Amino acid sequence: MNLNKWISKNTFHHSQFWDLKQLIEEKERQGLTVSLCLPTLNEEKTIGKEIILFKSELVDRYPLLDEIAVIDSGSTDQTREIAAAYGADVYLSADILPQYGEKKGKGENLWKAVYQLKGDIICYVDADIANIHPRFAYGLIAPLIYNETIKYVKAFYDRPLAFSQGVRPSGGGRVTEILVRPLFSLFFPDLTGLIQPLSGEYAVRREVLDKLPFPIGYGVETSHILDVYKEWGLEAFGQTDLDQRVHRNQETLSLGRMAFGILRAFLARSKDMGVDVDMDKLSSIMRQFQAHDEKYEQVEYEIVEEERPPMISLPEYREKFGR
Amino acid sequence: MSRTYQNVEDIIQDLPMIREACVSLRETLLANLVMLAEIPSPTSKEDARIHFLLQRFSECGLNNTSTDEYGNGVGVLPGRNRERNILMHSHADTVFSERRDHTVSVHADKMCGPGIADNSLGLAVLATLPTLLEKLGIELDAGLVLMGGVRSLGRGDLAGIRFFLEHNKIPLTSGICVEGVQLGRLSYASAGMLRGEITCHVPEEYDWVRRGTTGAILVLNEVINRILGIALPRKPQTSIVMGSVEAGEGFNIIPTEGRLCFEVRSESGEIVHRIAGELDDIIEDVVSQTGAEVDLDVVARREPAGLPIGHPLVKQTREIMSSLGLRPHITPSISELSAMISRGLPAITLGITQGDGLHEMRETVKIDPMFTGMAQLVAVLLAMDGGFCDEPE
Repeated sequence: MNLNKWISKNTFHHSQFWDLKQLIEEKERQGLTVSLCLPTLNEEKTIGKEIILFKSELVDRYPLLDEIAVIDSGSTDQTREIAAAYGADVYLSADILPQYGEKKGKGENLWKAVYQLKGDIICYVDADIANIHPRFAYGLIAPLIYNETIKYVKAFYDRPLAFSQGVRPSGGGRVTEILVRPLFSLFFPDLTGLIQPLSGEYAVRREVLDKLPFPIGYGVETSHILDVYKEWGLEAFGQTDLDQRVHRNQETLSLGRMAFGILRAFLARSKDMGVDVDMDKLSSIMRQFQAHDEKYEQVEYEIVEEERPPMISLPEYREKFGR
Repeated sequence: MSRTYQNVEDIIQDLPMIREACVSLRETLLANLVMLAEIPSPTSKEDARIHFLLQRFSECGLNNTSTDEYGNGVGVLPGRNRERNILMHSHADTVFSERRDHTVSVHADKMCGPGIADNSLGLAVLATLPTLLEKLGIELDAGLVLMGGVRSLGRGDLAGIRFFLEHNKIPLTSGICVEGVQLGRLSYASAGMLRGEITCHVPEEYDWVRRGTTGAILVLNEVINRILGIALPRKPQTSIVMGSVEAGEGFNIIPTEGRLCFEVRSESGEIVHRIAGELDDIIEDVVSQTGAEVDLDVVARREPAGLPIGHPLVKQTREIMSSLGLRPHITPSISELSAMISRGLPAITLGITQGDGLHEMRETVKIDPMFTGMAQLVAVLLAMDGGFCDEPE
């Protein structure tokens, strides 16, 4: 599919899906079930509000969500207690498929959610959004319900601000614009159509999710995009403008580590996709600086980007879902 | 099938069940509260909040929803008897500018955010009430007119409710004003009030060496000192609230402009009039002594009025509150209640929950008491609907 054609056909604004009654009717007609997954690690300040809004609007008022689940990485604050008190199903990541061990990273929670949750569609929403609104879920789920060919819907955030020259800069965050978009532009120009490929909010069909390996760290979003693109092509993607998202801003050093992980995930897939890189010769050490009194010292982070295999390869999963 | 109540005791017996129903709608109420509170709504800019409220009314199946020329949002839940209608009002404006961060935070037992208590919660209760009544299977005899009122606070001076009461064609029999805080509040009388702004202008060529005062701040200070010297009686209760003072730009620039906002409240209209006269005298005196331009602009006035404490509406409300373990805190009101009472509409003001930090960015409401506050509201509504709060003819 031509990139411009894809952008105009598969890019949505959440306001296109304001008629939730119609959306529910279509969901029920297709007999679909939808799960909302909120991966958490110490999110007590925002988790309660997210659950209240999603439960009230998208479970009680308009039954779009069949379950709201919190998959927690072992929070030491009140995250799990608050989530349970407001009616979410709360799971400790370590308790899901314990025979496969416990790994640290958001991707681990997303992967285990594929096993734990029951929906035909799983919508992932980060738990640190200050201006949470039901559109963060229905804006991503609706394109999957209305379009059979779309399998993976990413969020992006922009505001229709008045801009004097009619054209305004738009795009993703710092890591997207400095790393991911240049990489995509070089090797997979089609994927530059994704405005914010690293956004933490997306809705995906189960039959796609269970065939994807899950890097457990920073690379999960990038690797998903590459894997979905390779298997199903550009037309499998949709993206929805959710207006503004207010969340914690990350420090530049954290973004550096994120970029490193993404780069490794990218390169790990590159050979299969026609870009020749020998992964064994690449370093897994990311080096950054910090100042200590009058001295600068180098800090080394090992970022290996371990991966979880496609869920469909697990006998436990195949048995549970009869696949 | 709707239950018919023979007296207030019957309603009181059902209070635990009513409160349970309120608890079962916790997420609905709290979600409405979050979404309403996050829409900035300073006085005269309430459109977006009213739009959301009307959307909620429509989603609850209220067919008759509209805004009037002033922007008030009204939804009507029709009753069996078209001649009887109860007005339930919450003001939609807050004291916070739209430039403030209106993000609400939700904790295990409380919610925080600007305007959440005054009066986003009142409005959220209105938005939730049709669902609650449906859940309880309550079909009212009287119609219920749910109103989000605009231009209530400060210089708004109750313009929204006044306009509505003046032009409304629906026959109203009684009214309830819903305020977010404090649970236990019971207002059935409005105090006399005068709300004013004193502005001070000092010419730039002002001879500060000769006068011995350096600019508008000291002139205003003189005005404040004189106001503090006004003798206030303990009975009838009277107070002067110095609300805000604005003047000055920095350390060494003589301020040429200053503004003092204040409010006089009294149970006696005569005393308010007397104080208004004294304020005029003070200003004249300060002008003659300092040579500055000082003006008084009265932005709002209320005459005291109210229901007697023995009025059935007050009596039955106290009964309901006591049975919920609430000790009624009787306080005169200067808000919408005064507009209703002055037009002969028997009315009260009730609070929904406990809260603090009023009019600060950290304004807070407690979650659990909200359900008692909602149950209280429904019970009073049922008592009004049953005719148990009417004066004997």
